[in-house]
Amino acid sequence: MGAGNLPHAALAPWKRVAVAACLAALCVPPFVLSNFSVFQLTLVIAYAVVLLGLNMLTGYNGQISLGHGAFYAIGAYAAAILMDHYAVPYWMTLPVAAALCLAAGFLFGLPALRLEGPYLALATFALAVALPQLLKYKAFEAWTGGVQGITIVKPDAPLGLPVNADQWLYFFALAVAILMFSLGRNLLRGRIGRAMVAVRDNPIAAEAMGIDIALYKSLTFGVSAMFTGVGGALGAIAVQFVAPDSFNAFLSIAFLVGIVVGGLGTLQGAVYGAIFIQFVPNIADRISRAAPWAIYGIMVILFVYVAPGGVASFVHYVSRRWRRKT
Amino acid sequence: MDTFLAQFLSGLATGGVYASLALALVMIHQATRLVNFAQGELAMFSTYIAWSLVNAGIPYWGAFALTLAISFACGIAIERVILRPVERGPVLSMVVIFIGLLVILNSVAGWIYSYTVRPFPSPFPSEPLFGQHYISSHDLGAIAVTLAVLVLVYAFFRFTPLGLAMRAAAQNPESARLVGIRVGWMRALGWGLATAIGASAGMMVAPIVFLDPNMMSGVLLYAFAAALLGGIDNPFGAVFGGFFVGVLENLLGAYLIGQELKLTVALVVIIAVLVVKPSGLFGRTLVRRV
Repeated sequence: MGAGNLPHAALAPWKRVAVAACLAALCVPPFVLSNFSVFQLTLVIAYAVVLLGLNMLTGYNGQISLGHGAFYAIGAYAAAILMDHYAVPYWMTLPVAAALCLAAGFLFGLPALRLEGPYLALATFALAVALPQLLKYKAFEAWTGGVQGITIVKPDAPLGLPVNADQWLYFFALAVAILMFSLGRNLLRGRIGRAMVAVRDNPIAAEAMGIDIALYKSLTFGVSAMFTGVGGALGAIAVQFVAPDSFNAFLSIAFLVGIVVGGLGTLQGAVYGAIFIQFVPNIADRISRAAPWAIYGIMVILFVYVAPGGVASFVHYVSRRWRRKT
Repeated sequence: MDTFLAQFLSGLATGGVYASLALALVMIHQATRLVNFAQGELAMFSTYIAWSLVNAGIPYWGAFALTLAISFACGIAIERVILRPVERGPVLSMVVIFIGLLVILNSVAGWIYSYTVRPFPSPFPSEPLFGQHYISSHDLGAIAVTLAVLVLVYAFFRFTPLGLAMRAAAQNPESARLVGIRVGWMRALGWGLATAIGASAGMMVAPIVFLDPNMMSGVLLYAFAAALLGGIDNPFGAVFGGFFVGVLENLLGAYLIGQELKLTVALVVIIAVLVVKPSGLFGRTLVRRV
């Protein structure tokens, strides 16, 4: 886990400069790219928050989930229903989505505690398959809009800021993501994070050290779902539309592919994975119109061949070699 | 009562298909401790191969046997070429490779054969057998084929030296290697057999659900559920699970909740069972030594 072993969370001075430079660089794209590209980057940010959540569960806590698309959908629908039916301002929907997903994740985590490996994969996958069908279900149609889904309005920049809606949303998503990543970083570096890793690496030893395994596992499920729900709400606000079929089982699988390709058990891995999820299908489509998913599959397999520990560990390895040479 | 019996029997027939695919999943899990998410798409692709052979004028059972042989060879090739380089990698990397395989096979099938839905021939007569009207001959034939496959697999593992070697390689790879078993090849053989079993499942289900590149996605999910319900380390459990899931799905769809929600409810029932018995109905409970 590399950086996870540092005794306290303070950054070295040169790292602080690097982080500041990165943040400054992240503010540039909206002013140089087309609106559509800015929209795509906003989605990357939303996915990064989602993958951070999934990485907590699968990477740090060792519980596989093929069902995070469901929590993404819950977050997205929470945002859409609140904005559409109750005229709640968009930024207020995020805490609601977070709380809802935290509760849903925790409750789902309780029975899932007893399941491991492929059994847990099935249980979570069932969630991913079941949720779109529930969203289509007649009894909930007044809220969810059934198969049609819900269309929401893109928020404008507040206070007369000289940016258009796409640019504003990018900055909003970026701010939320920075908040979520610093939350996640502090959580994972502290007592709770180390307990989560201990449960993954050796549950029996962790229990002997006084860690309540059941509590930590379901808590991790809840927190992971919360991050994913926030990402889902961001994604819904950016896309301006939610419908059951955009949250199919493939979305959950794509999330899992994203964290494995990005790097399990690393924070940066979430960002690399989000970039992969957003752009690789487009690239595959450009390479071959006839069989884009074949290209996608080949790229996934190539990524695993070249970087078995994910892009994050690959970057780590390359930068270490480079530093040793200079 | 008549419709109930008919629903029950047709549930058994689809259950037989789930059972075959579940058996394939169990086989790969035995050899590699992994669940092969690409199993359904492998079966789908094999079925397309069978379709091509039948269309080329080869009689059905000849095409059937030829498809099994081709699938067997392809399974071995996939294990040797694609999976061997990463078999020491983390579990989730393997899972992701399976997902990659799944989308590649699906996409290539759509590319070669197009996404149009095609009928697939059934080798069994169109009139119900034995003068009864509860179950069509194809359903009856599918159940018979499943049971035949199960008996063959059982006999292979129980009575042949090769089967014994494969079991040894799965149970204790180090010791198996010491007594001269080529563990890597046993694993490849497991893949070949699983792919062939999957092919038979695909050819049995295709006349019912019709042939298209996405025909296996639902079937794989049920087979996965069936394998886990029976216990992923127990072939008989998997077959029982397959029949159970098939009947459950059919009866739920016909009597309780209609076609829309039957997948959801079937899954919820299965997970409820798993929460009570976490390693499946007939699975061994793993006791870890500290």
